[in-house]
Amino acid sequence: MDNNTFPPFLVTPEIDDEANKRIKQYPEEKKRSAVLPLLHIIQHNFGFINTEATEWVASKLELEPMQVHEVVSFYPGLREHAPGKYHMRVCRTLSCAMTGSAELMERLCELTGIDRSKSDSHHNPIAVSPCGQWSVEFAECLASCGTGPVCMVNDDFHEAVTPDNAQGLLDKYDSASKS
Amino acid sequence: MSNITYLPGKEPDQREHRLIFKNIDREGWDNSIDCYIKDGGYEQLKKAFKMEPQAITNEVKTSGLRGRGGAGFPTGVKWGFIPPNNTKPVYLICNCDESEPGTFKDRYIVHQDPHQLIEGMIISCFAVGANTAYIYIREEFPEASGILEKAIEDARAKNFLGEDILGSGFNLEIYLHRGAGAYICGEETGLIESLEGKRPYPRIKPPYFPAALGLYMSPTIVNNVESLCHVKHIIGMGGEEYAKLGTPRNTGTRILCVSGDVKKPGYYEVEVGKITMGELLNDICGGPKDGRNFKAVIPGGSSAKIMRCEETYEIKNPDGSQRNLSFYDIPMDFDTIAACGSMAGSGGVIVMDDSRKISWVLNNINHFYAHESCGQCTPCREGSMWMRKISDRIANGEATPEDVQTLEDVAYQIDGRTVCAFGEAASWPVEAIISKFRDELEAETSEDNEYLSDEAKRQLSFINQ
Ligand SMILES: Cc1cc2nc3c(=O)[nH]c(=O)nc-3n(C[C@H](O)[C@H](O)[C@H](O)COP(=O)(O)O)c2cc1C
Ligand code: SF4
Ligand code: FES
Repeated sequence: MDNNTFPPFLVTPEIDDEANKRIKQYPEEKKRSAVLPLLHIIQHNFGFINTEATEWVASKLELEPMQVHEVVSFYPGLREHAPGKYHMRVCRTLSCAMTGSAELMERLCELTGIDRSKSDSHHNPIAVSPCGQWSVEFAECLASCGTGPVCMVNDDFHEAVTPDNAQGLLDKYDSASKS
Repeated sequence: MSNITYLPGKEPDQREHRLIFKNIDREGWDNSIDCYIKDGGYEQLKKAFKMEPQAITNEVKTSGLRGRGGAGFPTGVKWGFIPPNNTKPVYLICNCDESEPGTFKDRYIVHQDPHQLIEGMIISCFAVGANTAYIYIREEFPEASGILEKAIEDARAKNFLGEDILGSGFNLEIYLHRGAGAYICGEETGLIESLEGKRPYPRIKPPYFPAALGLYMSPTIVNNVESLCHVKHIIGMGGEEYAKLGTPRNTGTRILCVSGDVKKPGYYEVEVGKITMGELLNDICGGPKDGRNFKAVIPGGSSAKIMRCEETYEIKNPDGSQRNLSFYDIPMDFDTIAACGSMAGSGGVIVMDDSRKISWVLNNINHFYAHESCGQCTPCREGSMWMRKISDRIANGEATPEDVQTLEDVAYQIDGRTVCAFGEAASWPVEAIISKFRDELEAETSEDNEYLSDEAKRQLSFINQ
């Protein structure tokens, strides 16, 4: 099911260096603190965190793989499966909902052919479009409540994305998505 | 200040008092260290290094500064809780989780004025004796993370960080630690567990007050981004001068974030308690949208109790006498909002007009808390889920009048029975919405709904057990 938008997990010297730099942020005997930073490095490079990656983090930090996995499985911001090439997070919370974020979500799903009905409220499994380009989830308050509806596409932040602007948003990333 | 101009369309309102947000949307401003230094940046740090650490804490106490993260606890007093005979390392953590719905202020500080935060942090670390500090930043601020990493690096290159800072003999490193999308990481002990590399299950207080037993079981000061920025200005002005801003016991300025049904939503920095709710909503924010009336306001982030706009309150003055005031007369401070039964919280003011169904608002809020409960304690984990299920039914017109009562009962069974204040954060909105809008909620229910849906039947079988 996981598409091949992302390279397979592989620890390059650069990634190892970056990890070591992060580990140094914490006291010598408190390496465990580097779990989240290391997981972020992996997710950033490989799109999601698989078993192999979890085991690598555990060995780097002298932990049991389970101690890493319980972190991965807790946080909504960490993924165990591949999202689309462009992962969209639409704010669902009150102020954005008042400005039409539910309608925005509906529109984005229509335009990309995503079926959200099979995902639970914790975004499991991730709702990916048939082409593998797009995925969506609702996020909780993104701390920009005065400019809703707001959403993120990968690491980019977008404000005042009304349902009418949904196509325009997609076009910014992939003009081939025009229907 | 008079020579400062702002980007077109982003000019502050005349009633604002820009201290923390002085450089937000400022014409010709960028977030580089050079720009900051050219504007007099890091001068307060130099001033602080000429003071004794205890004297800095005393200035902060004199200033009356109260935390801007939610609880409004006096910052100087919190700093004083570090055990005097402590021999362990002291840590300072900047809470940049900004996850309370309705709050959007720290975002602008870290994107546009990161050095203000860093300067405030260095002064605070010097005062409390911390040689290591972390900025815990929510994962959904990736751009800000990059900006802060760069700002830290630049500050280090100029020896504002590192060893023997500016010849003071004081050493400090600041590190950035990114969260991963969980609201509970804003709660200070959940944050600490997260920073330790674990699931962010909050710790029980007592004994785990961070100032005594915090990160790695060492004394730890957790402060909000905005609070730490204020420290810089307190040192700049002196605690006594600072305390002249705002009103007694509610000193300084604070940033109010207004969202929802007003003409001009946005961020407004005002002297605490110097403007009223009416001035904020009707004058600064331009009033309700055309043809609409204000219905309800959540004054301090979604965890604060909702207020009805036609309410009046009878509260006690400091001298013990009574005072009546209408909703629009409430000064935007900590104490009066609390006396009126809600809280100033994080400064997130969410406004709803008469086009909003209260059942819809309630249900949206319940979905948030059900999703974000960390699951550590039963009343909160189960209660938040049941509150969501019941309000789903009310919002969908499938509920009976008794459901409203059941929902209220569930809320009161969470409140006061949980490990952390999330329990109150989740149940207060429900308690307040039901007590103030019971009629409207019940009008959306029907006796005929009883046992109509299979889901309702299933849920009742659990509740009645
Ligand atoms: C559920 C919950 C969420 C919180 N979220 C935040 C937050 O996002 N940012 C924040 O600064 N404080 C948050 N707080 C408050 C912190 O626990 C803590 O009191 C605060 O960071 C202290 O800083 P201050 O004294 O400067 O306000 C939250 C508290 C609770 C109970
Ligand atoms: S009150 Fe809720 S969020 Fe807090 S510890 Fe208990 S389950 Fe977790
Ligand atoms: S409610 Fe959407 S950003 Fe806060």
